[in-house]
Amino acid sequence: MKQITVTVNGQPHSAEVEPRLLLVHLIRENLNLTGTHIGCDTSSCGACTVLLDGKSVKSCTVLAVQANGKSVSTVEGLCAPGAALNPLQEGFKENHGLHCGFCTPGMMMRATELLEHNPDPTEDEIRWGISGNLCRCTGYNNIVKAILYAGAKMRGEEPASTEPQFV
Amino acid sequence: MWVASRELATRWCVANSRQALSLVLDKISTLVWCLIQPMTFKNMAKKLLGDPINRVDGALKATGRARYSADIKRPGMLHGVLVMSTIANGKITAIDTADALKVPGVVNVMSHQNAPKLAGMDKNKPSEIATDRVLHVFQDDLVHYNNQPIAMVLAETLEQATEGASLVRVTYQTQPVKLPLPAGKADMSTPKQMPRVDDQVDTKRGDLAAGLAAAINRMEETYTTPTMNHNALEPHALLAYWEGDKLTMYNATQGISGCQKRVAEIFGMPKENVRVITQFLGGGFGSKGTTFSHVMLAPMAAKLTGKPVRLVLKREQMFGMVGNRSATVQRLNLATGKDGKLLATAHHSITQTSDFDEFAEPAGTITRMLYACPNLDTTHKFIRANIGTPAPMRAPGEAPGVFALESAIDEMAAQLRMDPLAFRLANYAETDPNKDKPFSSKSLRECYRQGAERFGWSKRPAQPRSLKNGNYLRGMGMATTVYPMNRGESTALVRLKPDGTVQVETATQDLGTGTFTIMTQIAAEVFGLSPDQVTLSAGDSIYPTSSVSGGSRNTASTGSAVTQAAQEVLKKARQMALKDPKSPLFNVAEAEIVVQKGGQLQQKSNPKVGEALTSLLKRNGNKPLEATVQSKQGDEKGKYSMNAFGAVFAEVEVDELLGEVRVTRLLGSFAAGRIVNLKTARSQVLGGMVWAVSMALHEKTVFDPRNNRVMNANLAEYHVPVNADIQEIDGFFIEEADDIVNPAGVKGIGEIGVVGTVSAIANAIYHATGRRFRDLPITVDKVLA
Repeated sequence: MKQITVTVNGQPHSAEVEPRLLLVHLIRENLNLTGTHIGCDTSSCGACTVLLDGKSVKSCTVLAVQANGKSVSTVEGLCAPGAALNPLQEGFKENHGLHCGFCTPGMMMRATELLEHNPDPTEDEIRWGISGNLCRCTGYNNIVKAILYAGAKMRGEEPASTEPQFV
Repeated sequence: MWVASRELATRWCVANSRQALSLVLDKISTLVWCLIQPMTFKNMAKKLLGDPINRVDGALKATGRARYSADIKRPGMLHGVLVMSTIANGKITAIDTADALKVPGVVNVMSHQNAPKLAGMDKNKPSEIATDRVLHVFQDDLVHYNNQPIAMVLAETLEQATEGASLVRVTYQTQPVKLPLPAGKADMSTPKQMPRVDDQVDTKRGDLAAGLAAAINRMEETYTTPTMNHNALEPHALLAYWEGDKLTMYNATQGISGCQKRVAEIFGMPKENVRVITQFLGGGFGSKGTTFSHVMLAPMAAKLTGKPVRLVLKREQMFGMVGNRSATVQRLNLATGKDGKLLATAHHSITQTSDFDEFAEPAGTITRMLYACPNLDTTHKFIRANIGTPAPMRAPGEAPGVFALESAIDEMAAQLRMDPLAFRLANYAETDPNKDKPFSSKSLRECYRQGAERFGWSKRPAQPRSLKNGNYLRGMGMATTVYPMNRGESTALVRLKPDGTVQVETATQDLGTGTFTIMTQIAAEVFGLSPDQVTLSAGDSIYPTSSVSGGSRNTASTGSAVTQAAQEVLKKARQMALKDPKSPLFNVAEAEIVVQKGGQLQQKSNPKVGEALTSLLKRNGNKPLEATVQSKQGDEKGKYSMNAFGAVFAEVEVDELLGEVRVTRLLGSFAAGRIVNLKTARSQVLGGMVWAVSMALHEKTVFDPRNNRVMNANLAEYHVPVNADIQEIDGFFIEEADDIVNPAGVKGIGEIGVVGTVSAIANAIYHATGRRFRDLPITVDKVLA
């Protein structure tokens, strides 16, 4: 067993963990933060994406002990309970950027980092930037719109209409 | 507003997401969240294209607070990890669990040697219900396919159970392996029935030989599609626990009521003793519509150990035991006369099933009705292979079958030097030629017209290989898309309360498509209320039985039940008003009383006369009015052919040096009856069209020919499109009123986005390159060959 301290969404957590414990299981089982999902076990789908010291990682292929002394951000940290949705969350909700919602938390964590590095991305940059995160429901277009919406809001601009285009 | 099961531990109230997510923890109560935007009602008649409101669960999903089946915990819970077979046919001769049991935390290993015997195993046989499958639940030592569950390790943590599972040693006696298509074409037989039991296995119309003889142009080609796996993002998962003889399961299922029934049947217990809860579901696409073996295994293990058991499948375990889309080999013959009209059509399909169960992929059923043609033969045969039994996968039969048919139609149009759209119009079916019945509605001509116009189809040069974009050859293709209206049995309770709010109860699950939102909207519309005045209690078998979410049927089924129950309540309110001397509507004829926005009853011919539903109820005992309606198909099915139709247009670019195909533009026009919510509906068809990109260019399950083990059982090697694979996609709906199909007036939109789009892409690749690709997926190696 190994003693680790990980700061999750700003709160330090200490735990005795087995060296084989995955970061995603630390988050889901030990800390009960079930917004981070497990989709594929092989870092292919991105449902488990979190930020580790600000960088997006797939937490199913990071060991909990590797996060010792580091800070982790999960979807639960995007807005405090009771607070307004952050621009990305609002973008996904308003643009119907989610159906089943299983990929959504990972998608938003990846997009958080993307927008931090590139506050005004083109549609193409978004499509490439989130290609490590699979969605099987939405057809992706509304996810792109959600991220464009969030980018505009974060820059203080008026986001494009969220209504369907043709009707 | 939507309320999930009452016993759930948390109470959420999201009153207005624009302001705040107000979160109240309350141990006893319910999950409640209210709708966000205040709605305006322009018109109280049923809208053909419904308000594009945001989904009711959007904020919950965007904050990571929606709970999926694998998120549920229970004190003392054990984690189960399955041990899978490594041979495809044979018998287990020994299972050595000694090393596994030595792992600290491992409490038991369940296998056929110690598994509880199930009382209802006489029901574990090919069923007359298309979605009930033969299960492998450790009752014997036989292995029928590779990756079949044969043991389950139970431990205090997932890590311990995983380690234990790696240490279970199994020895086998092996038998020769029956291969899937295309190799395994021996042992071919005719299925007893199709998944939709009304569909005939084989059909004949007119005289095919005479039609072929009279024709001027003929084509005959074979089209092949591979085995595919559903791969919803959420792995199959459940938590099961017993309280005496009562079983509760938090299970990721597309059919709560069907799951409850099947589990009760196999365990040999009354249905009332099984409770199934699905708060949120992470997609399913058909693989969670059937109650597969794992759903029995977790409660069995819970019985064996006396503890709650959580079982979550690993991604690689989803390639075998939870269904697949059958591979197909389809031979198409088309023949036309000099006017370009079809004289003969033959569609012969070979699909595959497992060696212990029957599922016949209905590849040829659409060919019987899509175009007018006097002489037609269709047949279905399948082979038996040592694989897991196939299951419905988004547009089962229609997706591979229409790929073949619409490719053949395109080939015939090219042979005739006719525009592909003009050829389709020349063979337009005014009535259903298979059933010889009128369509309840068919707006396909309008789909063709508006779709072609918006896409710019008139700019398509007739000659293939005549468009370029730099190094890329560009092509345009189109196809017809179609999906039958399916409707199952659903029951809903609707309760109008004196405070003017409405409660709806029905067991239904939300696959992710927006069912909870749609049911809320449907009830609100009947009463002239805004959706935030409606509370939906669903996702739990304690509520009235509802249909499976599959075959695009849930809005037609459960939506109809909600519509009818709400109308029944409204009728009671009308009668209450006309009999109440204190009501302004006293003695007004019932048919004269209509409901207006805000829940106001009104005299149709004199809108000034009326009162609010709330004042009526308050004066009459201050009690709620309620009705429960069981809703199912009537005799309309015998009188009409009911289908959604559409037209899909595709533009592709092909780099012949690299073999790369890009789908640069997709446009679908759809006529699917009433569209309840334009926002969720449009997103559904876009998602379906991406499934078609996936099927046309990416997806294929690859079997090792030595032992039928899937070689790409992971999301790295089983290819589905990522965002960068997708470019411009759009879809729109034609207004279509259909009062015949069902009380909700809807035809279903879950599958129609996929069906024709696959061939529209293949036809565009033909137009770009001049080469016809008849084997899916159209990958780099095939383009370079």
